[in-house]
Amino acid sequence: MTIHRWTWQSKLTFALAAVVLLLLALVPGFASGGVIERLTVLFIYVILAAMWNALAGYGGLVSIGNQLFFGLGAYMTIRLADAGINPFAAMALGAGIVAGLSWLLSLFMLHLRAGEFAIGMWVLASIAHLCVNLDPLIQGETGTSLISLNAYAIDARRVLIFWAALIGMVGLLALLFAVLRTPSGLAMQAIRDNEEAADSVGVNPMRTKRLFFVLAGFGTAVAGALWLAQVSAFQPKTYFSVQWTAYMIFMVLVGGLGRFEGAILGALIFFAAETWFADTGVWYLVGLGAVAMLFSLFLPKGLWGWVETRTHISLMPLGYRVQFDTQSEQGR
Amino acid sequence: MINILIQAVLLGGYYALIACGLAFMFQVMRVINLAHGALAVVSAYLVWLLADSAGLSPFLGVLLILPVMGIAGWLLQRLMLERAVRGGELLPVLTTFGLAIVLDNLMFQQFGANTRSLSPYIGDLSWEAFELPGNIYVGKLPVYILVAALVILGGLDLMLKRTALGRQIRATAADPVTAGLIGVDARRAAGIAAALATMTVAVSGVALGLRGTFDAYAGAPQLLFAFEATIIGGARSLWGVLIGAIVLAVAQSFGAQIHPQGFLLGGHLVFLIVLFVRLSLKGRSLNLMQILRSTGKGAAQ
Repeated sequence: MTIHRWTWQSKLTFALAAVVLLLLALVPGFASGGVIERLTVLFIYVILAAMWNALAGYGGLVSIGNQLFFGLGAYMTIRLADAGINPFAAMALGAGIVAGLSWLLSLFMLHLRAGEFAIGMWVLASIAHLCVNLDPLIQGETGTSLISLNAYAIDARRVLIFWAALIGMVGLLALLFAVLRTPSGLAMQAIRDNEEAADSVGVNPMRTKRLFFVLAGFGTAVAGALWLAQVSAFQPKTYFSVQWTAYMIFMVLVGGLGRFEGAILGALIFFAAETWFADTGVWYLVGLGAVAMLFSLFLPKGLWGWVETRTHISLMPLGYRVQFDTQSEQGR
Repeated sequence: MINILIQAVLLGGYYALIACGLAFMFQVMRVINLAHGALAVVSAYLVWLLADSAGLSPFLGVLLILPVMGIAGWLLQRLMLERAVRGGELLPVLTTFGLAIVLDNLMFQQFGANTRSLSPYIGDLSWEAFELPGNIYVGKLPVYILVAALVILGGLDLMLKRTALGRQIRATAADPVTAGLIGVDARRAAGIAAALATMTVAVSGVALGLRGTFDAYAGAPQLLFAFEATIIGGARSLWGVLIGAIVLAVAQSFGAQIHPQGFLLGGHLVFLIVLFVRLSLKGRSLNLMQILRSTGKGAAQ
């Protein structure tokens, strides 16, 4: 009997991922401005999906209020940039502040269960929205923009934001992957499967949930700051819209709740759906809601979960697999 | 001051009306229905359609849509919630959120961005008022809405406590499997409970349309108000919901006095404070009814 983590598929995946990332990093060298901007959007979607998945898929914490972190990430960036900090430094620092804030929130939010937590987060997002509106710098719903980015020429700016988004995405995914493979990550997956049972074998659910809550707060704030850099305008209404969480839920449910690969797959599918169907306006949103609803009813583990149970392939291995020497005993 | 308080209590009547369906579903099926607000707006539009096209009074209209919404609630339970609940406590949240997105956007597609109101269809009632001593005027409509909330809450409470159906619903809520063993048809009880909850949603949707205006996306704030009232009230008894709703409305009204944006903020902050207090009293959860009762006893002694 042998115990191992890596399979030839996962090794191949990592090699391929490294090649793809290298190619992506070189994209600004030959691609048009439009392509660079669309790819930046895709990276932001991957971050959003992966962070929502970290909370819901691994922590069992379904949040309808992740626009809280998204909006605050953008707002903090505006505030810090207004204080004279370089806009890119403001993005990182702002996300750090949001991470600190989410630690504070976790002290009481994590005591709520299931639906209570879900809507409680929504209420928090609404509070943050109202408070941001009170800030004279923002001018209420009129909003403002990240003026200090104008110091960069438009082409250079586009490429810088692209790289920032790429580094943000890779960094956050690597962080999540690393955390999920630590004892805390295993604990988180144990909590996802059965909280009482995990508690009884010595997992501290609160500590582990808090870790993921802060990680999700940080990552989603990074995504908000990147989005702000990309579109430059900040209107509280658009950033604190529940629509963002609807997108996250769609991506994760379709890709695979609680599957590391699932969030990435979901973001790709959402990106494709947006590219093709966003022109249809309201029907596009109806379609997103309907697909999310059908997946949660009939395929709650999403497309990747379905592939995984069929083929036993794990491209990004988080657990260990046991292989028996005799053929007949093989399998999980 | 007193005037603000009275108006706030009347607003609380509306919140109690919208919250009682949510709280009932939560108590009985352990499900928070995120499509709650969207369903209320659907009811408001249905009654508006009847009033606009057939000239039907909203009060007759609501009687007509009650069975429709009841059936919708029963279908919601049978086709969606029953299946979602089997997959754990998270799936119902996701499923009903998806449903809310679908309903909101379908209504937007159908009715556009214009706001609608039911008040033009009830004649003078929308501005008639009772005059109280001290030159205080109290709108008749908000009073009727508060009375409706009291009647519905009382009716649901009596039904749960005194009738065979109520016992079946409570048994199903406590433990569906055991309830099944002793001959309760758990599926039937859950279906009826969902139908009842959705019927209260229909009434609250009409109240929403009568009190002011609504549009396709008005469901989300209604859901938040209902949720806040339920949580502030302690989510344990239906009468707690009434108290939670009034506390919420009072906080909002005083918030609005302090700052133009304070209406929503006041309500949200009270909600947070209650959550916070409840956590610091952990173990002894903050059930406002219990506290009131025990202080009442203390005062009597």
